[in-house]
Amino acid sequence: MAEEFPQDLGYTAEHEWYRAADGAVGITAHAQAALGDVVYVELPAVGARVVAGTPCGTVESVKSVSEIYAPVSGVVVAVNAELAAAPELVNQDPYGRGFMLRLRAEGDPAPLLSAPEYRALVGGH
Amino acid sequence: MAGGYLPDTPADRQRMLQRLGLRSVDDLFAEIPPALLLAEAPELGPGLDEQALARRMGALAEANTGARLVCFAGGGYYDRYIPAAERALLSRGEFLTAYTPYQPEVSQGTLQVTFEFQTMISELVGLPVATAGLYDGSTALAEAALLARAATGRGTVAHAPGVHPQWLEVLRTYAAGPGLAVAPLERMGDPQDVAAVLIQQPDYFGRVVDVRALLASRPAGALGIVAVNPAVLGVLEAPGAQGADLVVAEGQPIGLPLSYGGPYLGLMAARTELLRRLPGRICGQSSDGSGRRAYVLTLQAREQHIRRARATSNVCTNQALCALGVTIYLALLGPQGLRRLGELCFARAHYLAGRLAAIPRLGLAFPHDPFFDEFALTVPDAAAAVRALAARGYLVGPAVDGRTLLVAVTERRDRADLDGLVAAFGEVAGGAGV
Amino acid sequence: MPASEAEPLLFEQSAPGRIGYHLPPVDVPQALAPGDALPAAWLRQRPPALPEVSELQVVRHFTRLSRRNIGIDTSPYPLGSCTMKYNPKINDEAAGLPGFAGLHPYAPAELAQGALELLWGLEQGLCALTGMAGFSLQPAAGAHGELAGMLICAAYHRQRGDGARRRVVVPDSAHGTNPASAAMAGFDVVEIPSGPRGGLDLRALRAVADSRLGALMLTNPNTLGLFEEDVLEAAATVHAAGGLLYYDGANLNAIVGRARPADMGFDICHLNLHKTFSTPHGMGGPGAGPVGVRADLLPLLPGPRLRRADLPGEPRARLEWEAAGPRSIGRIRALHGNFGVLVRAYAYLLAYGGGLREVSGDAVLAANYLLELLRPVLPPKVERRCMHEFVADGRALASVGLRGLDLCKALLDRGFHAPTMYFPLIVEEALMFEPTETEPREAVEALAAAVLEIVAQAGREPERVRQAPTTTPVGRVDEATAARRPVLRWPG
Repeated sequence: MAEEFPQDLGYTAEHEWYRAADGAVGITAHAQAALGDVVYVELPAVGARVVAGTPCGTVESVKSVSEIYAPVSGVVVAVNAELAAAPELVNQDPYGRGFMLRLRAEGDPAPLLSAPEYRALVGGH
Repeated sequence: MAGGYLPDTPADRQRMLQRLGLRSVDDLFAEIPPALLLAEAPELGPGLDEQALARRMGALAEANTGARLVCFAGGGYYDRYIPAAERALLSRGEFLTAYTPYQPEVSQGTLQVTFEFQTMISELVGLPVATAGLYDGSTALAEAALLARAATGRGTVAHAPGVHPQWLEVLRTYAAGPGLAVAPLERMGDPQDVAAVLIQQPDYFGRVVDVRALLASRPAGALGIVAVNPAVLGVLEAPGAQGADLVVAEGQPIGLPLSYGGPYLGLMAARTELLRRLPGRICGQSSDGSGRRAYVLTLQAREQHIRRARATSNVCTNQALCALGVTIYLALLGPQGLRRLGELCFARAHYLAGRLAAIPRLGLAFPHDPFFDEFALTVPDAAAAVRALAARGYLVGPAVDGRTLLVAVTERRDRADLDGLVAAFGEVAGGAGV
Repeated sequence: MPASEAEPLLFEQSAPGRIGYHLPPVDVPQALAPGDALPAAWLRQRPPALPEVSELQVVRHFTRLSRRNIGIDTSPYPLGSCTMKYNPKINDEAAGLPGFAGLHPYAPAELAQGALELLWGLEQGLCALTGMAGFSLQPAAGAHGELAGMLICAAYHRQRGDGARRRVVVPDSAHGTNPASAAMAGFDVVEIPSGPRGGLDLRALRAVADSRLGALMLTNPNTLGLFEEDVLEAAATVHAAGGLLYYDGANLNAIVGRARPADMGFDICHLNLHKTFSTPHGMGGPGAGPVGVRADLLPLLPGPRLRRADLPGEPRARLEWEAAGPRSIGRIRALHGNFGVLVRAYAYLLAYGGGLREVSGDAVLAANYLLELLRPVLPPKVERRCMHEFVADGRALASVGLRGLDLCKALLDRGFHAPTMYFPLIVEEALMFEPTETEPREAVEALAAAVLEIVAQAGREPERVRQAPTTTPVGRVDEATAARRPVLRWPG
C-alpha cells in the first residue's frame, strides 16, 4: 500500500474518505483491511442525492456487509464502473482505482477529519 | 427409562460430576430461579422401547385408510413413483445426518449435489440462476412476490386466474408484513404500481395456459413470475424461454413422496440481474489452495446471518435432503425420461377424461380448455362423490367447489386403474348418492 | 475421514441415449400426444440438458459424493446452537411407512385419522413441554415459525387498535433470523447491547420499553449458552409496556422437561424440531418450526387447526380440520406442514416420554464437562455456569499464533466437525461448543484431547496448523472468488 493516510483527503469516523479536488469518495485502507476481501460494492445511481452521514451504498466481504456513509451532501455524478468486475480494487488501491463514486458537493461543507486526526482515531496503524 | 438414546451410565455421570465438583445433575440447574424449575417432568407417558414404538407408529400409519386407495387426487401434489435407487441413496447417513455445509472441506458431497441441483433446475425452467431451494411451492411464490416488491419499489402483485388457492392464502399472509396488495389481474389497479404478475402453469384446474401471451401483456416494469409444475417441463416450453423473469415451483412432483403434505421443496430461478435479491442459500464453484475444484455456499451477504434485518429473507434451514431426492430423480429420468413421463400422463389423462365425460351426469368443467395430466370434473355433489369413490377404493379430489373436483393421472395409474375408476364413477353417478 | 477422490459432475459423465429409470409403456388406446392437442409454440423446443446416465452411474455417483461428507452418523458435531444429537433410525422407518409416506394431503380427514392423531398428540406434547396453549405445526423451519410468530404479534396489536407498535427489540447476541423475521413481518428492529454477565441488559431494555414496543425476542438460555437470569423481570417490563415476549426455541435442549417458556412469561414461541427433537438435519433441511401461543392468542394461529368432533356412536371422537377464524394471520404455508418431519419428532417424544428431562440433564452435563476439559487452552468467554452450550474465547489461541478459524480447520483433520465459528457476533473469535446428550463421555474427552493436541502442535509448528485442513477432500476454499465471480451452475 503506497500510503495509508493521504494528506489531501478528508475522512469520516466511519472510515470513508473524500477528495474535494474531484469529489471522489471511497473507503480507507484501514477499512478495507478490516473487511477482508471485498466481493461486491453496491453503489447509488448517477443523479441520486446523498446526505452527509447517511448510507449511500454498501460494501460486502465474504462474511460481512458494511454501509458506505456519504462524507458530504450532494449529487452523485459518477460511479466506478470497474468495481462491478473487479471489486478487489477496493483492497488493492482504496484511494486510487478502488474509489467508489464521485459527488458534486452541495450545501454547507461537512466537518471531515484531517489525515492526522483520522490516523489518531484508528490508532495510527 | 424405557426408551431413549442416552449413552452415559450413572458411573459416567459420576465421573463428569466429580470433575466439575458437583454432586448431582440437578446442581447444574442452580442458576434457574426455583419458581421456574419443574418438580418433575411433564406428563408425557412412560417412554417406549423400540418395539413398542414401532407398534404404536405402525398402528397410526395403518389407520390412514386413505393411503390404501388408488390415488387419482391432484391439486398440485401427485402420486409419483419414487424409484428404489432414490430411496436407497437418501437413507445414507452422510446425507441424512449432515449439517448445512458451512465447513466446505468436509461437505463437498452436499455442495456438489447442490451445484448439480441448481444446474438441473436452471435447465428445466430456462433461467440462468437457480437457488438451493426453499420450503415449498407456496412459500416460494410468496418470497418471489416480496422480491418483486423490493426490486421494483411497487406495491401490488396481480395474479392470473387459476393460481392455487392455498398458495394465494400464503401469499396474502406474507404480503401483510410489508403491506403488499394482492389483486386479480382484472382488478390490478394502477399498472405502474404493479410489481409483478403471477401466473400458474398448468393452473389449479389442470389447464395449460398461454404463458407467453400472459407475460407479454403485463404492465411495463412489472416482473413476470411463473409458478410451474416441473413435471410438465419435458413436454411444455420452459417459462424462462417464454419471457418469465422469475420461476417458482413445487418440487414434489419431480421425485418426492406425498407424505401427507411434506416435506416438499420450493424451487426458484431468476434472470441474472435479480441474483443479489434472491432468498435462501446458493452454492458456487471455486477452488482450494491446491487448485482442486471445490464447491462452497456463496453470496452469503444476502442472507440473515450476515444482513440480519436487511436480509433478502429470513430463510436459514431449507429442504436440502428433498433437493437431493429431486436431483437423483431427475438424474435417473434424464431428458428423455422426463419427456416420456409427461407424454404417458398426458395420454392416460386424456383417455380417462374422455371416458368420464361420457358418463351421464358428469362432464368436464372446462371442455374447451387444453389440459395436461389433470382436469376438473363436474359432478352433482363433489363431496359426496369423493366419499362414494373412496368407499369403492379410489381417491379423487380435491373438491374445488360443491360441484367440481379434480382428477389427476400419474405414471402409477395403469389401464386397469383407469377403467376401474370409470366403472366406479359409473356406479356412483348412476346411483342417488352423487 | 471423507473420501478424497474427486467425483466429476454427473453432467460430465453423460452420454446420449442413456437412461436410469424406465417408465411403464403407454397403455391406452389411441393415445393422444401433446403435439396433437396443444399449439406447437407451447411445446418444449430444446430438451433440458439433464444428464443421461444409467442407474448404476447414478448410484455410484451419489454414493461417492456421500463419502465426501461427514454426518452425525460418522463424526461428532459439537456445533453450538444446532443441537446435533443422534437421529434415531426407527424414526426414519416410521416416516417411511406406506400409511404415512403414501397419504395424499387432500385425503379427507376420516381417511387420515392416524395422521391426525399423530399431529394432535405432537401438539399436546409440545404444549406440555412449553406451557403454551396450542401450536400450529405448519411452519417448515425455525425461521418460518419466527415469521409466523412475528405476524401474530403484529396482528395482535393491530386488532387491539395498537398498530403504532412498530418496534421489535432483540439482544445484539440474537441469531440473525430474529431481526430478519421481524423485518419481514413489517417491524423496525432495534438491537440492544448485552450486559456484562452475557445476558440481557435490563436498563437497555427499559429504555426501549415504551408505547412503540411490539415485542422483545429472546432465547433462553441465550446464544452464549447462559440462562437469562433476569427473564422474569424482562417479561414484567415488556408486558407493563404493552408488548409481547417471544421465545426463540433454538436452545430448548438445555431446559426441556425442567422448565417451560410459558412460566417465564413468554407469550409466543417457536421450536426447532430438527434440534431438540432429533429430526435429521439432512444437509440443511427439512426441519420444522412449530409456532405456539398462550391461550388468548390461539385465534391468531395459522389455520386450519385440528378439532375433535364428537360423533354419536363413535368409540373415539374423530379428528377433523377446522378452518381458521377471522382473527388468524392466515396460512403460513400450503397443506399441513412438514409431516414426515413431524412423524419423526412424535416418535422421539414417545420414545422418551417424561424421560426428556434426562436429555436436558445430560446435555448440560456434557457441555460443562467439555468446558472444564478445554479450560486450560480455551477458557469460556463468560465465567458463569453454562447450560447445554458455551462460547469459548478464541483469542486465547493467539498465544500460539492461531485464530479460531485455524483451530476449527485443524479439528476437521482429526475427524471432528468444528464448533460454531464467529457466532454470536458480539464475541470476537467466538467458538461455540455444544456436544449434546448423545455423545458418550469418551467422545467428549476425545474432542477435548484433540483441541489440546492442536494447541500443542501449534506451539511447535504453527504454520502447519494454519494450513489445515490437509487430509480432507479439499483444503480451504477460495470464497472471495466464489462471491466476486459467481459460477452457480454447469457449464461455468
